[in-house]
Amino acid sequence: MSDQQKIRFLLNGEPKEFQASANEKLLTVLRREGVKGPKHGCGEATCGACTVLLDGQAVYACILYAFQAAGREVTTIEAVGDFDRPHPFQTALVEEGAVQCGFCIPGMILSAKALLDENPTPSDEDIKMHMDGNLCRCTGYEKIEAALHKVIARNAKGGAR
Amino acid sequence: MNAKDFKVVNKSVRKIDALSLALGKPSFVADYKAADALYVKMLWSPHAHAQIKAIDISAAEKMPGVKAVLYYGNVPRVAHCTAGQGYPEPSPYDTFMFDKKVRFVGDRVAAVAAETPEQAEAAVKAIKVDYKVLQPVLSIDEALADGAPIVHDEPDATIPIPVPYEPKKNIVANIGMDIGDLEKGLKEADFMFDRSYETQYAQHTPMETYVSYAYIDSRGRIVIVTSTQVPFHCRRIVAQCLQIPVGQIRVIKPRIGGGFGSKQEMLLEDVVALMTQRTRRPVFWEFTREENFMTGRTRHPIRFRIRMGVKKDGHLTAFGMDALSNTGAYGGHGLTVIGCCGSKVLPLYHADHVHFTGKVVYTNLPVGGAYRGFGATQAFFAVESLMDEMAEAIGMDPLKFRQMNHIRSGEGSPVFEALGEGKKGVPMTIGSCELDECIRRGAKEIGWDQRGDWRDKTGRFRRGIGMACLMQGSSVPEIDMGAASLKMNEDGSFNLMVGATDLGTGSDTVLGQIAAEALGTTIDKIIVYSSDTDMTPFDVGAYASSTTYLSGEAVRKVAEKVKTQILNTAAEMMEKPVGDLEVRDGHVVSRDGGDISFTDVSLYSLYQKNQFQIMDTASHITHKSPPPFSAHFVEVEVDTLTGKVKVLRYVAAVDCGTAINPKLAEGQTEGGVLNGISYALTEEYLFNAKGRMTNASLKDYHIFSMRDKPPIKAILVPSYEETGPYGAKSVSEICINGAMPSIANAIYNATGARLFETPFTPEKVWRALQARPA
Repeated sequence: MSDQQKIRFLLNGEPKEFQASANEKLLTVLRREGVKGPKHGCGEATCGACTVLLDGQAVYACILYAFQAAGREVTTIEAVGDFDRPHPFQTALVEEGAVQCGFCIPGMILSAKALLDENPTPSDEDIKMHMDGNLCRCTGYEKIEAALHKVIARNAKGGAR
Repeated sequence: MNAKDFKVVNKSVRKIDALSLALGKPSFVADYKAADALYVKMLWSPHAHAQIKAIDISAAEKMPGVKAVLYYGNVPRVAHCTAGQGYPEPSPYDTFMFDKKVRFVGDRVAAVAAETPEQAEAAVKAIKVDYKVLQPVLSIDEALADGAPIVHDEPDATIPIPVPYEPKKNIVANIGMDIGDLEKGLKEADFMFDRSYETQYAQHTPMETYVSYAYIDSRGRIVIVTSTQVPFHCRRIVAQCLQIPVGQIRVIKPRIGGGFGSKQEMLLEDVVALMTQRTRRPVFWEFTREENFMTGRTRHPIRFRIRMGVKKDGHLTAFGMDALSNTGAYGGHGLTVIGCCGSKVLPLYHADHVHFTGKVVYTNLPVGGAYRGFGATQAFFAVESLMDEMAEAIGMDPLKFRQMNHIRSGEGSPVFEALGEGKKGVPMTIGSCELDECIRRGAKEIGWDQRGDWRDKTGRFRRGIGMACLMQGSSVPEIDMGAASLKMNEDGSFNLMVGATDLGTGSDTVLGQIAAEALGTTIDKIIVYSSDTDMTPFDVGAYASSTTYLSGEAVRKVAEKVKTQILNTAAEMMEKPVGDLEVRDGHVVSRDGGDISFTDVSLYSLYQKNQFQIMDTASHITHKSPPPFSAHFVEVEVDTLTGKVKVLRYVAAVDCGTAINPKLAEGQTEGGVLNGISYALTEEYLFNAKGRMTNASLKDYHIFSMRDKPPIKAILVPSYEETGPYGAKSVSEICINGAMPSIANAIYNATGARLFETPFTPEKVWRALQARPA
């Protein structure tokens, strides 16, 4: 198609080049390229299942145009931990039984990571404001909050990275 | 068996799929889509009620990238029901893959499969339809009015079981029962109440929308990877719609991004299956969030008339419920949901005379379906609100009033036998009930004694505490069946194959724990594979609070059978009587100190002598549906100036028998509670005058976020249900039923205003505040 253009950005630390049309969303391009961690939940920047980090800030990939990522750094859940070395929040979520269907969880983790990277010991109010953009229908958030508090308590004891 | 003897069950082992989900590994339907899959887009009806006079797909068929267009003119016309229920369904066959008539805004008109979503969308817009717009039926009253338009006037709509079905009168179901004489009971009462309540349209809104993907495998069979709670029912209904044998279809359920009942439905699978059959290409269809609201399933709005009579001493003389439900344009789950308004609620309290009627009507509005709580949610709002009002009338503490009247272990209720699913129910005596302990612990946690009287409260912001008691069931007795297979591997691990459908609840983990407990091994040795119609045995699926209780018992039974095979093999190997052997920690040990590992047993059975596969299958049906019980308590703050209600704290104490995995049981409770709070306060479908939903977006249909939530405390109160696996009952549905009545009662305790319509928006609360007697 005529409006296809090349877009270059850092994806999970690797320089990448993608073909995308001018009106394509970052989420569409990422999923087409095999990055399945970000999910389609609403397409209207409300549920947060598509959350990725753009230069370290949590953003909704479902409404961001792909070209808006050009020249910047995109981080998806694929770069946050693995079976052998999960992120402390991933470990805490598993330990607390906070993962039910798990559809919202990658986005939830990226939002929390953006928060914790900036402030390893956020207040309860900080957490509630920051995590407001990630909806979960399974858990009532109780155990997700507990997992976050577990990580923050560890950070407060000097474990902050 | 005593809870303290358990080694794996009743322990909060880690959910077996939690880490892979947290790592974002491909797990869901959309993650499996092939790169060359075609995309489906549907032309949805813009009218609530219309006849299609003419439809022209020729331009759409010629559009770039278009591979197939389906409409009523080129698909089989098969009356069926989309509700994923047993066979024959207790629901009408009133749905066709495509029809000449559309019955709600969001009904199917025609589907396109194309190379890209944009091409499919463009082709949808090129379909020309000439509608004859009919007068729509947009409320229960309009449906029942003389001369009302008929939603289902097609002659081929029928119901496959012998129950009243009168589509010409817009009546989907009409059931009832009387035990004694309600009027007599009301006359015998010191206080008689006659109240009406009404609940709203609402939706499950799982984070993953409806999504299905189909392809033709190397042998020409249709494979459907789909987000479903009912893989086996789905296969049966797709076979029915496409008029092909069940054996030509394989349904695979991967991880599911939440369902809550919405996916107990065959809603996309017929289309992707037929598209792939016609195009021989993989076909993918994912609902947008707007489509999920407009055409997905909903919670039935129900209108109740509750009549109750009570003596001054708290004795209930009469308990009557007349429920009138709006099932929308199609009748799946209509009969069963209205039945559960009675069967899951009336037995909670003994009364001398009990009465129930349930009527379900068609309208030209979105379609009701199965939703966690399944009728009990709506009915408990009505009944528990009135219980609170009655307690005040007789001057008795609401807790004591409920404790005086609720059903207990060893007791039955005639309602259990009287009300079944489209037929008589099954008589039942309650085996386990720790409701009193739930009430006691919940009251202590919330500080019930400090609640005070609304008459003593002053100021703009007033706090109040309310509560509600609840029950549900565990599976549908003598109807639901679950089966499991278990196979032993060389390293002492086991493949557990279950038809039971984990939709995010953690049932794979729970079933794995049950298998590990019975086998005397650890959870990491159990490889659980759920829901693939080619690979796993049958299970009705994830509904009716059945998985832990029903499928769990199938797992326990198969594990016991496999354990017997292990012991027999070990007896041969060790040359000892089998009675001297037992399993322990992945080994077979004998009384005299002999010890061989499961690995040794398996290697022997597969390679060494009298070789055979240690493996078995078990099925389970139940003759009871033991209710879990729960007491919910809530503290709210009401802004008397604006009517805004804020939930400050919530406590849910639940008796689910043995919690197979306490953390997961708590998680079910907390999640159900917040969904219930959100439903009670904000969630509501809004319609324009033509029946179109006007808030079909997560921005406008508000579900609670982390910022909105109050602290929620789940208290698991153990009991032991003898008929369940290791004492377990269900837990996932009951917890959504409490928020609406307990919040209503808390608003009353804060302000003296009673709410009879939901949700409790600031406007409704403000109006109720103004309507208070001076």
